[in-house]
Amino acid sequence: MCDTCGCSQPPEAVTYRKPGEDPHGHTHDHDHPHSHGQHRHESRTIAVETDVLAKNNLIAAQNRGYFDAKNILTLNFVSSPGSGKTTLLEKTIQKLTPKHKIAVIEGDQQTLRDAERIEATGAPVIQVNTGKGCHLDADMIHKSLHELSLPDNSILFIENVGNLVCPALFDLGEAMKVVVISVTEGEDKPQKYPHMFDAADICVINKTDLLPYVDFDVEKCRQYALEVNHHLKFFEVSATKGDGLNDWISWVKELVSS
Amino acid sequence: MCNFPLKLSRLMHEMSIAMNIVEIVSATVQKNHAKKVNSIDLEIGELAGILVDSLTFCFDAACKGTIAEGAVLNINEIKALGKCLDCDNEFPVEMYFAICSKCGGAAVDIIQGKELAIKSINVD
Repeated sequence: MCDTCGCSQPPEAVTYRKPGEDPHGHTHDHDHPHSHGQHRHESRTIAVETDVLAKNNLIAAQNRGYFDAKNILTLNFVSSPGSGKTTLLEKTIQKLTPKHKIAVIEGDQQTLRDAERIEATGAPVIQVNTGKGCHLDADMIHKSLHELSLPDNSILFIENVGNLVCPALFDLGEAMKVVVISVTEGEDKPQKYPHMFDAADICVINKTDLLPYVDFDVEKCRQYALEVNHHLKFFEVSATKGDGLNDWISWVKELVSS
Repeated sequence: MCNFPLKLSRLMHEMSIAMNIVEIVSATVQKNHAKKVNSIDLEIGELAGILVDSLTFCFDAACKGTIAEGAVLNINEIKALGKCLDCDNEFPVEMYFAICSKCGGAAVDIIQGKELAIKSINVD
């Protein structure tokens, strides 16, 4: 059984590529021993007491252990499509390198486009194409880690599939989830998609350079998000123009050194 | 195993959840040498992010051709509870944004209602 989401596809439909490489799928392990013991016929109840996402959560815990052991800071970026995650990553990488070693896992249903943009910054990158899947899961990260061979004391950015619903449920082993919302979206998105804002630790409000042209109330957006998750910390940035990026970068640097 | 019609694959994460359920149930059945799964008892929190109707729909597709085919899903929906960080009041909430029913504080943590677990299965 393939455990990737939305799955009308065999496991090998998920591909892992570096820019310029041919796709090569990884098969999941199918280790189901078959035994034919005694057959009972009476009806009975078996206690299971298992989290439905136990398998994902176990692999996420293994990923987290790997990150802790190698002192790798991992941030999982989630948002709806088009909020500017990739641009924010490009600018962040440019400001943090070469002092910090950074690698990126890019999640999209199709294409190498985001990976090619990240590669242009010089950071090692793996593109995970999920096919019809709507989110990254912990096993995809685990397999990507084998491809990336991250150095100790580095930073890993994961750009999840653009989707404000499903990625909220799947722990990848990251230190924090960063939800990005752009001012060209509605300020009420935190209340329309509360699961994601509840799951996030950080909220980046992006494209602030466009505020004069759109009806987006930043304060209302913050208020809506805080009503869902009062632990959220905010950054307001324009990734393209650079406004607010210094605060964001300083915060990432502090995280690395802490 | 994964040849579902395309339209089902568009049902987002409920399909993924249904397939996880089938996988866990199949492993449990194998371990206990059962022949048939009659029912599966699930606990799903009100704030787990799962649409029960979608999950039931996806489960019917996900269990086809497996030992779990034909099993009834019994879903016990767990009410959501919030806890006020200011006054420690625990109270039922309907959504993530909750105001304390006692002191009116907005610093409320959800302490129950995100469950997504298989409690037990009934088998022959």
